[in-house]
Amino acid sequence: MNELLTNQLSLSYGDQLIIEQLNLHIPKGKITILVGSNGCGKSTLLKSLCRLLRPGEGTVVLDGQDIFKMSTKAVARKLAVLPQGPTAPEGLTVSQLVRQGRYPHQNFMGQWTRQDEEMVQKAMEDTNVAGIADRTVDSLSGGQRQRAWIAMTLAQGTEYLLLDEPTTYLDLAHQIEVLDLLYDLNAREGRTIVMVLHDLNLSCRYGHHMVALSNRRVYAQGAPEEVMTAETVRKVFHLECEISTDPLFGTPLLIPHGKGRSMRPAHSG
Amino acid sequence: MKSLFKTAAAKGASAPKRKLLALAVLLAASYAACVCAGSLILSPDAVLLGILGKSDSQVKMILETVRLPRATTAVLAGAALGVSGTLLQGTIRNPLAAPNVIGITGGGSLFAVLFLNYFPDGGTVFLSLASFLGALAAALVVYVLAFKKGVTPIRLILVGIGVSSVTSALTTLLLSKSKNAAVDKAYLWMVGSVYGADWDDVRLLLVWFSICFFFSIAYSRHIDVQGLGDEVAAGLGAHLQRHRAVIILLSAALSGGAAAVVGAIGFIGLIAPHMGRRLVGTEHIFLLPASALIGALILLVSDTVARTVFLPVDVPAGVFTAAIGAPFFIYQLYHSRNQSN
Amino acid sequence: MAWLRTTTQKTAVLTGLLAGMVFCFGASVSLGTYSIALHEVVQAFIHFDPGLTEHILVIHTRLPRAVTAMLVGGGLGVSGVLTQALTRNPLASPSILGINSGAVFFAVLASSFAGNLPAEGILWAAFSGAALSAVCVYVLGSVGRDGLTPVKIVLAGSAITALFSSFTQGILVLSESGIRNTLSWLAGGIAGRDMKQQMMVIPYMAAGMLLALLLSVPVNILSSGDDVAKGLGQRTLLVKIMMGVSIILLAGSSVAAAGSISFVGLVVPHLSRNLVGQDHRWIIPYSAVLGAALLLCADIMARFIVMPSEAPVGVMTALIGAPFFIYIARKGGKGRR
Repeated sequence: MNELLTNQLSLSYGDQLIIEQLNLHIPKGKITILVGSNGCGKSTLLKSLCRLLRPGEGTVVLDGQDIFKMSTKAVARKLAVLPQGPTAPEGLTVSQLVRQGRYPHQNFMGQWTRQDEEMVQKAMEDTNVAGIADRTVDSLSGGQRQRAWIAMTLAQGTEYLLLDEPTTYLDLAHQIEVLDLLYDLNAREGRTIVMVLHDLNLSCRYGHHMVALSNRRVYAQGAPEEVMTAETVRKVFHLECEISTDPLFGTPLLIPHGKGRSMRPAHSG
Repeated sequence: MKSLFKTAAAKGASAPKRKLLALAVLLAASYAACVCAGSLILSPDAVLLGILGKSDSQVKMILETVRLPRATTAVLAGAALGVSGTLLQGTIRNPLAAPNVIGITGGGSLFAVLFLNYFPDGGTVFLSLASFLGALAAALVVYVLAFKKGVTPIRLILVGIGVSSVTSALTTLLLSKSKNAAVDKAYLWMVGSVYGADWDDVRLLLVWFSICFFFSIAYSRHIDVQGLGDEVAAGLGAHLQRHRAVIILLSAALSGGAAAVVGAIGFIGLIAPHMGRRLVGTEHIFLLPASALIGALILLVSDTVARTVFLPVDVPAGVFTAAIGAPFFIYQLYHSRNQSN
Repeated sequence: MAWLRTTTQKTAVLTGLLAGMVFCFGASVSLGTYSIALHEVVQAFIHFDPGLTEHILVIHTRLPRAVTAMLVGGGLGVSGVLTQALTRNPLASPSILGINSGAVFFAVLASSFAGNLPAEGILWAAFSGAALSAVCVYVLGSVGRDGLTPVKIVLAGSAITALFSSFTQGILVLSESGIRNTLSWLAGGIAGRDMKQQMMVIPYMAAGMLLALLLSVPVNILSSGDDVAKGLGQRTLLVKIMMGVSIILLAGSSVAAAGSISFVGLVVPHLSRNLVGQDHRWIIPYSAVLGAALLLCADIMARFIVMPSEAPVGVMTALIGAPFFIYIARKGGKGRR
């Protein structure tokens, strides 16, 4: 019964309905990626999945319970979330940040147990930030910073890890660094990861399960090979494309139509 | 309480503790020095003898009725103001937030001036009570007006500024109608002064500060987690709204309590947390005590300088704390220019 | 968005507002604890009789007062427009950004310690104070990672206001004679002021207004963003400095003439924008007229609200403006980046 799912979920921002009566089931132990064009509600949906946004109608269910009926601490012990563009106070070190991840597990006395210490150390090792533990978060590179934040969520020790655009604003090398890390965490420990990504090709490469949102509903979901078709891209992203195969990984590779230098004699632009 | 200190288990935690100790020693030394200073300069051994009750009546009188209570009051009020500012900056996540910037002190001033206007012979006890209630009332009004499915730091700031303008305008209106004597008293209160502090004040502040400080320390983890942003904090399971309300209440209680005794002394709540952060970092388990010690130092030294340098005039300490505000801002600008953007 | 669409509509309403302003002017001259009938007012202008109390009142007290209210109101309205445009923050105004408090402090400083200063000296003190606090707030609000955000500048303004207010209070406590004098500065009132001083600010106000009008088009361009404006060839730094000069001239003169009057600069631009949209060639004239009318009305109200004495006008505007400010803040008007 350890599942995360939504039940007739409707979400609005003010008067605007963003998501309408959505039934979504997040597969356990896999990496699920939410995709869709700007404004389609992927971040909104993610926020609601981690109890940050209250639904207008419907419920989000975790382990058989409505998460909005659970206390935030109880939810925080099962779900960790990394919002978009998090900011740390000036002067906060990496190890101080990661230690915050133990907040939901501490009782009102604030006792620091051995387990707390172990979780923090392991999180820092898994994300390879143990070496920069004493540096301040704002002095790190983009990729290092994201790894530090991910370490914090790991220290939380939850089964589910939700990330809202963890790679936006990072350069490509750092994007790969972060995504590789997440892929490893899932492969080694079976953590369920849900994230919102913009890059469709990287989504196909790293995701086991893809959910394409359009027009307030799920347009398609499934393995990237099934979801990423020219038809889907046309309907969801309003883009004409070719779907090829990634030469390194064999996953779907999306090539949009349009203009550009044509190096192929047979290509009609 | 010891277990709370264990939350900083990683290496580097000893450094803040050592700095706190150094601050405490500095405060103690300053306290001793300040007690000696004044229109009649007492040597340290004279002070010691005086405390032990073994000196002549004049020294004893100065010590007991003036110097010691005044210095102790300065320490306690300064500490309260320092902690109050730290709490507010922690939950609002902006280093320019302070009780006098978002209207809390203004509320205290307004009620104090109201009291002085309509009950000119009311006595200082009720004046203190009035100002305290004013601070709490202002905090409540700001909170309620900023509440829209919860309270965000930005709304708190903006509403606080609005409320601050209103209290300022109303206070000015009252003052323009008051008799000269009341106006003089009111301005003295608004500038802030430790003059005339007695042992009753000390007892009051001691109890009040201890209680509020205890709760503040108990909340230090919650303030830390709010520093990461509302979304991250909620994601970590923090009861954001509940904690924020309590923190604001504590901040208002501390600054209101201090103002009740020493008037609307400003800027300690703004400056002390900054210096504290430079010294011990952002973890509130260390920052709160650091701000308390620094705030105490600032007010103690300001008051001592204010009452000795311009003898025979006893300049109100509030003039000096405001004067410190200026170089502080300049320092802040200069220092951050090199690391911003 | 804007209520008025066409140029014809806008011109018509502006004319209407001007007429309204004249009406308020007339009301200001005739109403008060000692109300004077309108025809007597007219008589005072046409056939001034120094023996008649009414005429003396009109010409020597009411008229200058109304003129000041008109000028100061207009000046504050326009400086508010420029402040909001410069900081890209609909919640800004010279008083919120601490410019008034700096001007007041320097003016009080000058009048307390350099009592023999010519009236112009006070004026220049006010200008210096306004300039200093403007710079301080701008720089203080830009400190930190994310640069100049609307919230930070408002907060910086509040902190600087607190700073200069404390200094001003400090002077009061130290300088025995200061209190009554300072109170009139702080409260912002148009009554009982040095008439020569009022008239002295006119050229500076005029200069500030003219500058503002000339800046209408550059401000329009600047509003689309620094980078866009630079890309279009505008010398943004120069424009910003000119805007600053205009703000300081207008706000500084207002303080010198009438003390610290808050929130007119906040409310009026909003009203103008609701009426005519985002084009500063209209917003500036509208704000001048609306500001003048608003302050005239506030001054009239100030005479009646605590009869028989008077409330300082600055208090009235704060009591009206602050709730408005809070209302916008709640709505989420935090300002665009």
